[in-house]
Amino acid sequence: MPNAERIISVAEALCEATKVAMERDSKIYVIGEGVTDPKAIFETTRGLLDAFGPKRVIEMPVAENGLTGIAIGSAMMGRKPLMVHQRVDFAMLSLEQLFNNAAKAYYASNGKHSVPLVVRMIIGRGWGQGPAHSQSLESLFASIPGLKVVMPTTAYEAKGQLIAALEDGNPIMFLEHRWVHYVTGHVPTGYYTVPLTSRRVRDGNDVTIVATSYMLFEAMMAADFLAEANISAEIIDLAVLRPLDMTPIMDSVRKTGRLVTADTGFRTLGMGAELVAEVACRDMSCLLAPPVRVGLPDHPTPSSRSLAIGYYRTAIDVFDAAVTTCGVAPQTVATIRERLATKRNALPSDVPTPAFKGPF
Amino acid sequence: MSETMAPSFLVNDQLALFRSMLRIRLVEEAIATRYAEQEMRCPVHLSIGQEAVATGVCLALRPQDQIVSTHRSHAHYLAKGGDLNAMLAEIYGKETGCCGGRGGSMHLFDAAAGILASLPIVGSAIGIATGAALAFQQEGSDCVAVTFPGDASVEEGIFHESLNFAALMSLPVVYVIENNLYACFTGLEQRQPHRPLGDLALAHGLTAVTADGNDVEAIHAAAKDAIAKARDGGGPSVLVFNTYRWREHCGPNYDNNVGYRSEEEFQQWKARCPVESLQKKLMAEGQLSDQDLAAMTAEIEAEVTAAFQAAKAAPFPLAASAEERVYA
Repeated sequence: MPNAERIISVAEALCEATKVAMERDSKIYVIGEGVTDPKAIFETTRGLLDAFGPKRVIEMPVAENGLTGIAIGSAMMGRKPLMVHQRVDFAMLSLEQLFNNAAKAYYASNGKHSVPLVVRMIIGRGWGQGPAHSQSLESLFASIPGLKVVMPTTAYEAKGQLIAALEDGNPIMFLEHRWVHYVTGHVPTGYYTVPLTSRRVRDGNDVTIVATSYMLFEAMMAADFLAEANISAEIIDLAVLRPLDMTPIMDSVRKTGRLVTADTGFRTLGMGAELVAEVACRDMSCLLAPPVRVGLPDHPTPSSRSLAIGYYRTAIDVFDAAVTTCGVAPQTVATIRERLATKRNALPSDVPTPAFKGPF
Repeated sequence: MSETMAPSFLVNDQLALFRSMLRIRLVEEAIATRYAEQEMRCPVHLSIGQEAVATGVCLALRPQDQIVSTHRSHAHYLAKGGDLNAMLAEIYGKETGCCGGRGGSMHLFDAAAGILASLPIVGSAIGIATGAALAFQQEGSDCVAVTFPGDASVEEGIFHESLNFAALMSLPVVYVIENNLYACFTGLEQRQPHRPLGDLALAHGLTAVTADGNDVEAIHAAAKDAIAKARDGGGPSVLVFNTYRWREHCGPNYDNNVGYRSEEEFQQWKARCPVESLQKKLMAEGQLSDQDLAAMTAEIEAEVTAAFQAAKAAPFPLAASAEERVYA
């Protein structure tokens, strides 16, 4: 294990994934607003221009729908574009092309034209990002057949999933939470893929927690404290929201009888709504108690940290959700919850790490 | 890919242009006639009156060159050499349709003929065609991409976004603005200020050539120049051709009585029929006799009749197959 001690961030892992994939496949090109600029999309495109030149690393005019159409057209002709948006919110200008063309070309051509396109979109959070720089719109993309939706979590997964996405041959919406970029972990050098599937990250018997993106880490923290309360949580990282593979979730809920969903999107019509509906529709009898969805409240993201502090869901919410669905009296776990709250609230509320100094 | 031009008529460009327009006209009229049978159960946007633009441009292209069409795709598809059988079968919703019944009239494509896609959302094709040109450039190919934005497409942001990028990158793409004066029932003067459409190209640093959209020879000459320029690395161009849709926006009927345009306006354009104009000219020049025309018409009608018969006889796709091929 020569690379066992090699620890890098998700942002660095994504950059590395892009480099090794581009080295292997000359059809891949990167295009986006800022991919060659000094900030390098939060370091995720650092060095690509020097390594591959302006024909394969294209600084994009500020024209999201047109350039998405251009990327799709090139993909239909066999190229492999990797498009990058600094915020998901900008990518909404490109929904016509993504929904009508990327998602439907393979189907409408009866399998003749595929669209090997990867669109990286970053979900903002913190430092006052506000209403239109912090939306977590994965369920919007995941509602469209023909698109695939991937949300990476760890550095190892992020690198392997991005390479797998570039190999996949379908239009893939690759949604990266801004705070996930700061997550560090062991990442091997070189080329490897991680299959585009969900994965069980913690075994347990009492409750299944299905988490996406940054909420996976909140769920992991919650699970440690739930264990102290004798609640054994099984955690599934729902890395792929579409196509949605319910098999591992059904297997887990049949074992635990209880379901908590924790995602970065809105609770109403969010991914959790779909998961709860699918579990209930497929096998109501496996549920011993009503599931609980942990998601964002029904209002836009406020900018001020004093307003945003109650907006985002944390490990404490996941803990409470599990306690509720497990039918445990809150007062019996109050002390444990208090310790979790102390630990969680010690973390800064509006920056991913204490080292983060803004501005975006 | 079916034969667009029978060998006997490949005598010169003019006869080939004429035959292509006549064939489009006869196919479209056959669709209009048979539409009432209620077996073509999808929207059809007929190209009758607009045959010259599709023909003049597509006959200047090579099979490997790619076009991306719109909701009004029949003429572009046929002129570029798309398979007539696959087109009609698609409109009938049959398994043998070019999309296997998944797209209908507005999604015609023929990979072998260089028809990448037809896309019904206004402006949507412009980005796709520009992307095909980007692919050609990246591959070092000398192929050219062409798309046919209507007069309404230039109102969409994607038109300007695409022209900006094509000019910036000097992409081998030709934007053929096929101006038929109406967006559904809404006239151009209600939607745009008075300014030449070609000026939009100038704003993006491109050249624009404007020609009579019912004069197939003028169109063909302008298209040849623009395509040769793109093929030689000279970058993108805009062509503007004013023409006229004879029938309703969508469907087989005339609609001069519903109030958005006049019978008089229609008759003025009809008097300038692109097919008839060239026919008269060829006959006057002695290039086409009554006998030639009768033979050509009979040959095309036989082809069209056979294609309708094949489309009607073809099986429908199995309902269960609707869920297949969502992902590659």
